[in-house]
Amino acid sequence: MAKLKELAAQKEKFVGGHRGCAGCGAAIVARQVLMAAENPVVVGAATGCLEVFSTIYPYSAWNVPYIHNAFENVAATMAGVEAGYRALKAKGKVKKDLRFIAFAGDGGTYDIGLQALSGMIERRHRVLYVCYNNEAYMNTGIQRSSATPRGAHTTTSPAGKVVPGKLQLRKNLTEIVIAHEPAYAAQATFAYWNDLVTKVRKALDADGPSFINVYAPCRLGWAYAPEKTVKVSKLSVETCIWPLYEYENGTYRISVKPKEKKPITEFLNMQGRFGHLFNWKDDVPVKEYQAEVDFIWERLLKRSEAAG
Amino acid sequence: MIVARTGNEAMAEAMRQINPDVVAAYPITPATEVVQLFSKFVHDGQVDTQFVPAESEHSAISACVGASSTGARVMTSTASQGIALMHEILFIASGLRLPIVICLVNRALSSPINIHCDHSDSLASRDSGWIQIFTENTQEAYDTTIIAVKVAEAASLPAMVTTDGFIISHGMERVELVDDEAVPKFLGERKIQHSLLDVDNPKTFGALDLQDYFFEHKRSEIDAMDHVLPIIEKVQDEYGKLSGRHYPLVDEYRMDDAEVAILCMGSTGGTGKVAVERLREQGKKVGLVRCRVYRPFPKEAMVAALAKAKVVGVLDRSDTMSTLGGHLYNDARSILYDSDMRPHLKNYVYGLGGRDISIEDIESIYKELFAIQKTGKVDKDIVYFGVRGE
Repeated sequence: MAKLKELAAQKEKFVGGHRGCAGCGAAIVARQVLMAAENPVVVGAATGCLEVFSTIYPYSAWNVPYIHNAFENVAATMAGVEAGYRALKAKGKVKKDLRFIAFAGDGGTYDIGLQALSGMIERRHRVLYVCYNNEAYMNTGIQRSSATPRGAHTTTSPAGKVVPGKLQLRKNLTEIVIAHEPAYAAQATFAYWNDLVTKVRKALDADGPSFINVYAPCRLGWAYAPEKTVKVSKLSVETCIWPLYEYENGTYRISVKPKEKKPITEFLNMQGRFGHLFNWKDDVPVKEYQAEVDFIWERLLKRSEAAG
Repeated sequence: MIVARTGNEAMAEAMRQINPDVVAAYPITPATEVVQLFSKFVHDGQVDTQFVPAESEHSAISACVGASSTGARVMTSTASQGIALMHEILFIASGLRLPIVICLVNRALSSPINIHCDHSDSLASRDSGWIQIFTENTQEAYDTTIIAVKVAEAASLPAMVTTDGFIISHGMERVELVDDEAVPKFLGERKIQHSLLDVDNPKTFGALDLQDYFFEHKRSEIDAMDHVLPIIEKVQDEYGKLSGRHYPLVDEYRMDDAEVAILCMGSTGGTGKVAVERLREQGKKVGLVRCRVYRPFPKEAMVAALAKAKVVGVLDRSDTMSTLGGHLYNDARSILYDSDMRPHLKNYVYGLGGRDISIEDIESIYKELFAIQKTGKVDKDIVYFGVRGE
C-alpha cells in the first residue's frame, strides 16, 4: 500500500505547466504512474496527446529521460532502449538499476502500435507498457479507434440520422496482451490511485514485459465538464465498464470489486458522446453495450474465483 | 588474413569485428544472410551484442533509434521493401543525429515484385539525411562497413553502406580482412553528448518542434551533412594506413586522358573497368568514374572527374519516374551547370530488376559515346538500355 503523504512529498517527475486540457485524464495517468516508480525510470511516448502537450520545444514536462520516436513504435523504441541499457550495463558503462516505461494512447496501442507491442512482449523486453486509454484518437480530433465503445459518437463514427455512432464493440486488448503471457498485466484507472500505484510497482518489479491498460477519461472527446474527470473514472469501475483486475503467474485477480454494480446508463448519461443514445428510436446500442460489459464482468468473476 | 567470402558474409564478418552493442534486424532477401550469420556470432558467444530479432523492419529500425539514444553502437541490415518499411524512421534517426549503420543490399522495389538488384530502394531513401556509400565488390563492402561506423559517429549522422543484391551479396570473392583486434582499436569508443540513460541529467529526446525552432534544427542537420565529406576522407585515410586499401570519394579509372567516360555506381564499376581495359588495348581513350559516396554528393570531386571527358554516359540502375531519367544523371547535370568544362551527357537507365549488364554491353555504350563525340550532338538524352522494344 502506497502512502499518500509519501507520494505527495516526492519530487515531481511529470510536472505541471504542460498544455494538457483542464481535466485531462492522460496527464493524471503520466503523473501517477511516475509517482509509483521507486527506481529511476526512462520513459518513451508514442505520438499522441500526451507527447504533444508535454514536450513543445523548448519546454518539457518530463523530469525523467524521455524519448519520442513515432506513432506506431513506442514498444519497439523502448525495446531498443532496454537492449542498449543491457549492453552498456554489461560493459559497466551504466551503473544504476533502471526501469523503462512506454506510454501510448489507445490509438498507438490497440491499433497502429499493436504489432510492435506484441513483438516487445514476445521478445520479453523488461519494459512496462502503459496504455492511457481514452477510447478514441483524441490528438487528431476524436476519431474512432478499436477501443471506442458501441454507440459512442466520434468524428468518424458520428451520431447520424440512421447510424447511432459506432456500431462495433470494443477490442479487448488487455486479454490480447494476456494471451502473450506477460510477466504482469492489469487494468487500472486513476480514481483508484492506490490500486494504480500498487499495480505499477508490481509491474516494474516483474522480471519481464508488463502492461497496464489505464482508463483515462477525456473531457473533450467524451464531452463532460472538466471537473468531472475523476468522477467519470470512478463510475467506469462502479458500472464494470472498466473492471480493475490483474493477471500474473497464470491467475486473474479482481483488485477492486464494486459494492453494487451500477447500470452503464449512469456512466453513459454523464457524457455527451453517448447523448444521442437516449433519444434514439430503440435501446439496441445501450443493450448491446450493457451485454458486452456483463459478459466480460461475469467471465472475469469466474476466472478470478477459479484462482481462489 | 585472406579469405573467400560473399558480400553478405563479408559484411557480417565486419559486424562481428565491430562488435556493436545492439543489432536489431529483420531478415529479407537478399540481405537475410547478414542477419542470420550475425545471430550465429551472438549465439556462439563471438560478440557481446544485444541482438533484437524484431517482428518487422519498422520495429527493427525503431529499436535501433531507441538503442542508439542510450549511447550504444548500433547496426542493422535490410533491403528493398525492408528499407521502404523503415522509411518513416530513417528521417527520425537522422533528425535525432543517431549514428546507426545499415548494411543495405540493393534490390528492386515492388511492384512488380522482384528480388534482384537495382538501386531503387537505396535511392528512394536518398533524401532521408543518411550518408550513403555504394560499394563495387566484396572487399569494398567489408572495408566500408567498418569505415561507415567511424564516419557516422564522427558526423553524428546515420549511414548506409550498400552492395548490389546477388551480384555482390551472393558472389564469392577474395577478401582481405583486418585483424580482429585492429577493428575496435580503429573505431574507439562511441562518444556522445547526451545519453537517454543519464537519469541524473534527464533530457527530452524527440520533442515537438514547431514553427519557432524546427527550421533551425533542420538547418543544423543540413550543416552536419555539409561537414561529412572531409570526415569521410580523413577516416578513409586512416583506414588506408591500417589496411593498405585507400578509398576515394569518387573512384576514377583511367580518366587522365579519357575522351569518353561512363559514370556509374555499385558493381557495374567492376564490369565497366574490364570494358575500359579491353578498349584501351585497342587504343581507345576511355575512362570510368564511379560514384562511391552518393550522399552527401561529392560535388567538387565529381565535377573534376567528369570535366576530364568530352562525353559521359551516365549509367543509372534506377529511374526517378519523373520523365527526367535516373538519379545519378540528374545529380551530374545539376553539378555541371556552373562548370566551365561541360561534357555531353547521355543517360542510360539499365539493369532494373537485376537484368544483367555485360562487358560487351558497356563496350557498346562506349561506342555510342564516341559517336556523340564525333558529331557533338546527343541524339536522345535518356535511353532505357537493354529493354525490349527500345
